[in-house]
Order: sequence, then C-alpha cells, then structure tokens
Amino acid sequence: MSDVYFTRAGQLAARKVADEVVILRAHDSSLYVLNPVASALWEAADGQTSLEAVVRDVICHDFDVDPETARRDASELVVALAAEGLLRTSGQPMADADPHGGRPA
Amino acid sequence: MSALMQLVWDRALEQRVPLSVQFDLTYRCNERCVHCYLDHDDHGELTTAEVKGVLDQLASAGTLFLIFSGGELLLRKDLFEILGYARALGFDVKLKTNAILLGEQEADRIRDLGIRSVQVSIYSHRPDVHDGITKVPGSLQRSLAAIRFLRARGLHVLIANVLMRQNAEDYPHVRTLAAELGVECTLDPTITPKMDGDTSILNLRISEPQLLRVYTDKSLIADFANEPTTDDEMLDARPCSAGHTACYISPYGDVFPCVQFPLPTGNLRGQRFGDVWHQSPQMNEVREIRMRDLPTCSTCSFMTTCTRCPGLAYMEGNMKGPSSADCEKSMVRARGQAAGKDVA
Repeated sequence: MSDVYFTRAGQLAARKVADEVVILRAHDSSLYVLNPVASALWEAADGQTSLEAVVRDVICHDFDVDPETARRDASELVVALAAEGLLRTSGQPMADADPHGGRPA
Repeated sequence: MSALMQLVWDRALEQRVPLSVQFDLTYRCNERCVHCYLDHDDHGELTTAEVKGVLDQLASAGTLFLIFSGGELLLRKDLFEILGYARALGFDVKLKTNAILLGEQEADRIRDLGIRSVQVSIYSHRPDVHDGITKVPGSLQRSLAAIRFLRARGLHVLIANVLMRQNAEDYPHVRTLAAELGVECTLDPTITPKMDGDTSILNLRISEPQLLRVYTDKSLIADFANEPTTDDEMLDARPCSAGHTACYISPYGDVFPCVQFPLPTGNLRGQRFGDVWHQSPQMNEVREIRMRDLPTCSTCSFMTTCTRCPGLAYMEGNMKGPSSADCEKSMVRARGQAAGKDVA
C-alpha cells in the first residue's frame, strides 16, 4: 500500500459520543455517526501519520482484525469518507487539520 | 428529528452526556425588549480566558451542540475569538442575536468559521411594532439587512418570532417575510418571569383567543403536532432534556438545567463543569424526576399532549408542579382540536 495521509476536512463539527464519533457538516446539516473503527481512523487523521501506520498502530492494536483485512478495509473507509467530504487525502504529509475542522476531545 | 439524530441523543442520554449547551456570553444588550427577562447590567462576565476554559471542559464532557446567546452577543469584543476557539474544539455552533450590529464583515467571519445557523429575533413585519417592542428605532430594518447579508453568504438563518399581545396578529406576515428572505420562522408564545422573580411582564402574554387562533391555524399544524404516546410510556418519560442531555451556562459561569430553568446547580469560577454536571445534588434531583412523580400532571387528562416546561413550573414555585402557562396552552390546544373535529 502506498503511503496515504489523511486529515479532517473543514467546516465540520465532531465529537465522540460513547465509542462513536458524531460529525455534523455546517452548510447542509448532514449528520454522520462513525462506527468504532471509523472513529479510530477519524481520531488518527492528523495529516502527518500515514494510513499504513494508523492501521498498524491503532486498528490492528485496538481491534481484533488481521493486518491484510485491516489495510483493505481502512483504505476503502478513507476513500469513502473522503468522497463524503469528511476527509482530505494526500500522498504527502499535510499540515494539521483545518482549525475549524473539528476534532473530538 | 432523523432516526440517526435520535440515536445520537439516545446514546447521550444513556451515557449522561451534556450533548447540547446554551452558553450566554453576556446579558448586556443594545435593545430593550419589553418582554425580556434579563438584567442587562454587567455583574462580572466571564473573561475571554475563563470562557475558553469552560469550552475546554465542555468539549471534554462530550458537548457537541453549542448555542451562543445573550443579551446581545455582538457586544462582546472577543466574540469572534471565542467563536474561533469553539470551532477549533469541534463544536457545532449556533448563534442567537438581534443582529443589529451584524454587517457584511461580521457575516463573512461567521461564514468562514463554519457557524451552522444564526437565529434572529423579528417581532413584526411592521417597523413601528417591532421597534416598539425593542425600543430601538430602526432596529427592524437593521435586523433584516443583517439577515440578507447572512443569506447572501449561504448561511442558514432562522427568524424567532416571540408572540405577545402587541404582535400576536402579525405572525402570518412575519412568516411571509421569512419565506421571501429564504429563512425558517419559529413562533413562540412563551413569556417568562424576569430573573429577579418580577412577574409584571407576564401580562404581555397573548390572550386565550389569540392563542386559540395560533393553535387552529392550519398552516402551523406541523409546528405543534405531537407524537401519540401511551399513558404508560408517558409516565416513565423524562419531562424534558434539561439536566439529562442539555444545560445552560450564564455569563457569570452559573450552571442551570436550562435557560428557562433557573435552578442554581454550581458555578464554573469555583467548580469544574464535570463536577457540577455529574455531582450537583440539584442537577441530580432534576434528572431523577419522571412524569409519574408529578402529583398533578401525572393524573391530568392532557398529560400525553402537554408541553409542560419544568422550568416554568419551578419559577411558579414547584418543579414537580404544573406550569399554569402550559396548562392554559393545553386547554386551548384541546379546545382547538375539538373545534377542528366539529368542523370535520
């Protein structure tokens, strides 16, 4: 897997409620509730850590999943969240998330 | 409310998360609305640093929905610094304002910050009536200009139309005005006592015939419809979200279950928010109350359709008692429904 870096898009509000991250987009009030795996990806989306490292250090560490499945599912998830406008992706490390992008406490 | 949003509220309730907080940043105001319940003198507002500290604590507690209100927000010179800080912490931010200080520059900044909506108080389409209520000549035109600035930037705006005797007949025109501006319009016939207990402004409440007209206005039915509920479900229900998933913080750091429920539960100048939220005896007393614990209301025939406000009941002297204003609304609503059936 080539390195992919990902960060939260701007104009979003987000908070972790129980084990799930809730995201609201300001301009159309769209609501998203991420499952625990997607929530872990969201929390790791700092633009500086590669997806490969997130899968290895967070997903495989915190969830009962084999590395190959985790890589495939995480890649698909990042693509899906980017398509929804919730994440921005790059082949290079990026500056930190938009200061108004919302990060769960 | 969507099923997904309901799920979020249910999770918050299970985990006792204060998902929604109204935070009044000032009670100072540049209008003098005849029905206002606030004392507009500054008795020592939280400083910028103190506000940021409270926001840090709310983020840690799990608050997502943050409503900034007042008084008039734009009188705080640090407003945009606070808004930027709140957005950086990931809050979904809404504003309530009279907007008469809101120009194009402020509208740009609100858009750039990703504020989800701005609620503006409009009392009438007639300048003499609106300005007569706010006591500020020209205030209607300035508020409407601000709404246009916000709408031109694609922002979501709501008009809040509080109904009182002076403007009770104007709401259809305000709704038309809102439609022309491309904004939502909410009606609210609630007038509450002043914070110091003075009830003199309650004589501004609309009359029963005026209330009946609102409740029988077919164009408003969707705004007032209630989900049918069985008596057993209702008896186990919580009276409202106050103290369960929502609370209110004053400009002085006082924490209350709701802006309309002035039961002191703690102060954030001397206490951590999490301690007040989870450990305040008063907050815990509020959240233990179920409808079956209300001696009068639990046996009332209007129980399943009543919109009883525990805060109004508290202001009348007993948080487990009825709120006479809501009793009146229930009776008028029932009369209106009966009249509607007769017609049908």
